[in-house]
Amino acid sequence: MSVRRLHPEQPESFAFTEDNAAYVRKVIARYPEGRQASAVIPVLMVAQDQEGWITQPCIEAVARLLDMPEIRVLEVATFYTQFQLSPVGRKAHIQVCGTTPCRLRGAGDIIAICKNRLAAHPFELSEDGAFSWEEVECAGACVNAPMVTVGKDTYEDLTAETFNALIDGLAAGNPPPPGPQNGRFFSAPEGGDTALTDLALYDGSVIGKYRAFDREELTPAPAAAPAPAAAPAPAAAPAADAKPAAEKPIPKVVEAQGQADAEKVPDQYKPTLLEAARDGRPDDLKLIWGVGSKLEELLHKLGVYHFDQIAGWNEMNLRWVDQHLGSFRGRALRDKWIDQCAKLSTGWRPSDKGGDKPV
Amino acid sequence: MLQDKDRIFTNIYGRQDWGLQGALKRGQWDGTKDILAKGRDFIIKEIQASGLRGRGGAGFPTGLKWSFMPKQSDGRPHYLVVNADESEPGTCKDREILRHDPHTLIEGCLVAGFAMGAHAAYIYVRGEFVREREHLQAAVDQAYDAGLLGPNACGSGWDMDVYVHHGAGAYICGEETALLESLEGKKGQPRMKPPFPANVGLYGCPTTVNNVESIAVTPTIMRRGAAWFSAFGRPNNTGTKLFMISGHVNTPCVVEEEMGIPFKELIEKHAGGVRGGWDNLLAVIPGGASCPIVRADQIMDAQMDFDGMRGIGSSFGTGGLIVMDKSTDVIAAIARISYFFRHESCGQCTPCREGTGWMWRVMERMRQGNARREEIDMLFQVSKQIEGHTICALGDAAAWPVQALIRNFRPVIEARIDDYVAAQGIAAE
Repeated sequence: MSVRRLHPEQPESFAFTEDNAAYVRKVIARYPEGRQASAVIPVLMVAQDQEGWITQPCIEAVARLLDMPEIRVLEVATFYTQFQLSPVGRKAHIQVCGTTPCRLRGAGDIIAICKNRLAAHPFELSEDGAFSWEEVECAGACVNAPMVTVGKDTYEDLTAETFNALIDGLAAGNPPPPGPQNGRFFSAPEGGDTALTDLALYDGSVIGKYRAFDREELTPAPAAAPAPAAAPAPAAAPAADAKPAAEKPIPKVVEAQGQADAEKVPDQYKPTLLEAARDGRPDDLKLIWGVGSKLEELLHKLGVYHFDQIAGWNEMNLRWVDQHLGSFRGRALRDKWIDQCAKLSTGWRPSDKGGDKPV
Repeated sequence: MLQDKDRIFTNIYGRQDWGLQGALKRGQWDGTKDILAKGRDFIIKEIQASGLRGRGGAGFPTGLKWSFMPKQSDGRPHYLVVNADESEPGTCKDREILRHDPHTLIEGCLVAGFAMGAHAAYIYVRGEFVREREHLQAAVDQAYDAGLLGPNACGSGWDMDVYVHHGAGAYICGEETALLESLEGKKGQPRMKPPFPANVGLYGCPTTVNNVESIAVTPTIMRRGAAWFSAFGRPNNTGTKLFMISGHVNTPCVVEEEMGIPFKELIEKHAGGVRGGWDNLLAVIPGGASCPIVRADQIMDAQMDFDGMRGIGSSFGTGGLIVMDKSTDVIAAIARISYFFRHESCGQCTPCREGTGWMWRVMERMRQGNARREEIDMLFQVSKQIEGHTICALGDAAAWPVQALIRNFRPVIEARIDDYVAAQGIAAE
């Protein structure tokens, strides 16, 4: 957490320029009626772009504009560290990323140059007031490390030489073009692209080429969540086309079997059951729609204590358990326990204590 | 290796036109109306069948998340919120989508918004991505002008608005409920769950928050089918993924590859190998700064996907690999990550507010060796007091790197302490 306060010396007043005022009105219109407070960050950012830093009169003006208590705007201005609460360098405020990926590639040298050439400490103005600098927490250009941000632009893949040249350029009002400073093309690897070299991607020939939804109906959709515990060897071979229907036969067999003689789901489909709840803390199985305290008791007796147990079953496992539910037989299938538990095992909780009725 | 024809992001390096004309030529916005005509349930089922797991780090199944949204509106509007607050050291993929392939995301907003009954989507872009936001906004404007967004978007009969919003430099706003708070104009402090955003989210309305990459891949999945997508990778870890390779490799880059690609192959093919050769590899943080650091021998033969990384005691995270060679001071590397989390803690929960600072201070002493050996265990135990005892996962994220350092590099820490003691001439206790 960073504790930040307003600067002791503040200007008299603040007003948006005409252009900025018009832009601010456009920003506010993005949010629903009565939710204009949502615009506070973008509006403060416009103010900072205009003034260079966030002043107290600016906070008060923004509070009036958005119909917010001043303290709420102050909270926002102090919480978000991109807001500068004191004046910054007239020509440039240089933000050096100092986190690990940039450090590994020499951000330490960049910071040393800042200390030597600009100001001994972050947020301090250089002697001529033209520069200031700070170390920031990742600017999101890790594959182009080390990097600095100046205003809206980033300068990446820096070395001591190119960074010094950047400072010279900024001082002379003639900075180099932003982006990588070593001739590299954005985030592509140096020395030649290793991907996206197939020119057929770019000649328009892919338009209309891949409309699978026109050709096939829905692909078989097993529960996407955790892998079934005892699933038959999944076809992992990456085939270019649709997967073979290897997953389907089992449920079919089950259905035929199940109708002929419901008692006969063989024990090979018995899921892994527990002696006791893990850490002695069972999940509240009553959150499964259709499960009450009686059924919960029965499940405990069988060795079922946790949502993730059920979520990990395949259909055969579920049928096996269903057959051992005595007078409750049929519930597990009817109420789609696996689907319900896939949701519950993620930590999601229904709004009703009895669970959410599956659709 | 993934073939070019199977890559979803075909302009990730920005060598082509990022605007609408270029996007159309690359096959984006192709048949979007027909996709929507398939209906909400079809889209959600298809995304579930594709096995797509959230690309923002937690790996939550995307289709399942969408299915949590109420089927019928109770009068409250539904919202889609796209998390483009990419801020974790090592992670820089969404930046490339935003600035070079923004129409993948915008089309995704329409498909996903339709699937969850939302007529409005907010894209929350981190404040530092100014140029990226400009590209995105320009692309959104192009889509409106072409009738792809707005009333009757793409001629589908569905009204869809997409708004670009931004933050101002708070990592915590990448946590979904903190993001919603921030979007409502407040400090980004996470909310207690439940209620979950799907019930009570933005402005108290049903909301789904998804990562940029998760949303941006959905139109292509719908176009080419779940079977196409799930044919890549292995079960539970399907599809293609943007990988970011930073640190001590010869050619750092962002690249889209197949899930489950062997670590060695990924580095060799796209990043030009480890600086100084494979023998010079010391450690890797496989998925962004919060993921546990692993030793070279642990990751050398691993597959880069959720299960592969879990199998070596780490986490796949966002697919942002930070590679460290033997010149690295690994304690300093983790200490800097501890500083990051100390700086980014929102201050709401005591274990995190106090614990992240405490861990950083101890890590700084460990970096110098100015510590006692027993303190290593104490550090580990205190980190366990932080992990799992906070509202959001930032406490966990701060604890894991430290715990993994102790687990995997304890001898290095001990040697540092011994050296310090020897240098200072302190009598061993």
